[in-house]
Amino acid sequence: MTQKIDITLMINGERHALSIEPRLTLVDAIRDECGKTGTHVGCEHGVCGACTVLVDDVPMRSCLMFAVQADGKHIRTVEGLARNGELHPLQRAFTEHHGLQCGFCTPGFLMLAAGALEQDPDISDEDLVDVLSSNLCRCTGYQNIIKAVLAAAHQMKGA
Amino acid sequence: MAIGDSVKPAAFQYHAPQSVEEAVQLLGMFASDDGRIIAGGQSLIPTMALRMARPSHLIDINGVGELEKLSVSDSVLSIGACIRHAAFHRPVVGNPLGGLLSFVVKHIAHYPIRMRGTFCGSLAHADPSSEWALTAVTLGATMIAESLRGRRELHADEFFVSIMATNLAEDELLVETRFSLLTPGTRFGFYEFSRRAGDYAVAMALVTFELVGGLIADVRVGVGGAEDRPRRLPEAEKVLTGHPPSARLFEDAAAAAAAAVDPMEDQQADAAYRRDLVAVVTRRALERAAA
Repeated sequence: MTQKIDITLMINGERHALSIEPRLTLVDAIRDECGKTGTHVGCEHGVCGACTVLVDDVPMRSCLMFAVQADGKHIRTVEGLARNGELHPLQRAFTEHHGLQCGFCTPGFLMLAAGALEQDPDISDEDLVDVLSSNLCRCTGYQNIIKAVLAAAHQMKGA
Repeated sequence: MAIGDSVKPAAFQYHAPQSVEEAVQLLGMFASDDGRIIAGGQSLIPTMALRMARPSHLIDINGVGELEKLSVSDSVLSIGACIRHAAFHRPVVGNPLGGLLSFVVKHIAHYPIRMRGTFCGSLAHADPSSEWALTAVTLGATMIAESLRGRRELHADEFFVSIMATNLAEDELLVETRFSLLTPGTRFGFYEFSRRAGDYAVAMALVTFELVGGLIADVRVGVGGAEDRPRRLPEAEKVLTGHPPSARLFEDAAAAAAAAVDPMEDQQADAAYRRDLVAVVTRRALERAAA
């Protein structure tokens, strides 16, 4: 018999009550059950990083977590980055430095960088580049993503 | 489209114990029915997504607070089953062991994986290219396993059996791993070769030694990723013991290491290439330790 479990996900401060099968991954819950399709789903086995979200402020691959494991946790997705119609410094930097072309990997990169900078605001440029090696991009060749994130990081440190 | 129509993990029953006692009860009940422990899940969930694993029950230990222990007492570092890789990003103890673990951890997968995956989970998974498995074997860690039958200790050199196989019984939970602190003068060197940043090691080496009167003493040479499990190589250790570090000595030890291994073959590397890599990673690890 299929087990169904009642859980609550807090996504960008919004409460979502769900009744789900344990095998439902967090990314599928975010997209299909909660309608937040800003988080992309790529490889579905933890290689590409497109589905990166923040779970209690920590960057996680949402295809490598079951939704039931996120019960009661605060999840932040790309939809929650902009505040009061103002783009997040990372979003602005991606635009200014051409950090995206097709945009498929962009939500994952934004959440990865946002989370790493929140975890360690004084992170070195070298360690930040190592963090960015986590995710795949097939358009930009990475250099513009690195430029964008370093520019945003320096701006956020100065702010 | 219904969930069952697409490529997704197979259905399972989910259990969320709140204590070790409850977890081992559930494991005792469901292990024979392919029940599994899930901690970080960063290796288990991909294999479930590919349906290479189809556990009927998952016992999630993330809610077991007593497994979040990371402490040092009586010169022993204890690492509980829910301690994440990222806990070692900075040295956890003011001893060469802390520096060693924080150097090695940066080679494990990628940042988000390190935030979720666990130290003990990596040992229980026993991938031959696990950096922590190599560390446990090289430094002689002790693993604590618990089941309804009680607790027992396993030494690292008897823990790993083969590719993704350990001496844990199916109803045993790896609750803790213990490392003795290193003597203050211990030097270490680690070197890993992989195809891409964060990818699996094709070969890696971890070495530790002390210099006593300028001569190498208490040397450990461990190699991982090359054979079906990580292993210390006494042949290389013997070459080094009692001699002053030199380029020539490290070349000889690296050659001894390469001669001693029985390399795996897979799509990444054939045996001859892996054997060459063992020499390279051993030499570079020794150079780092001596620097």
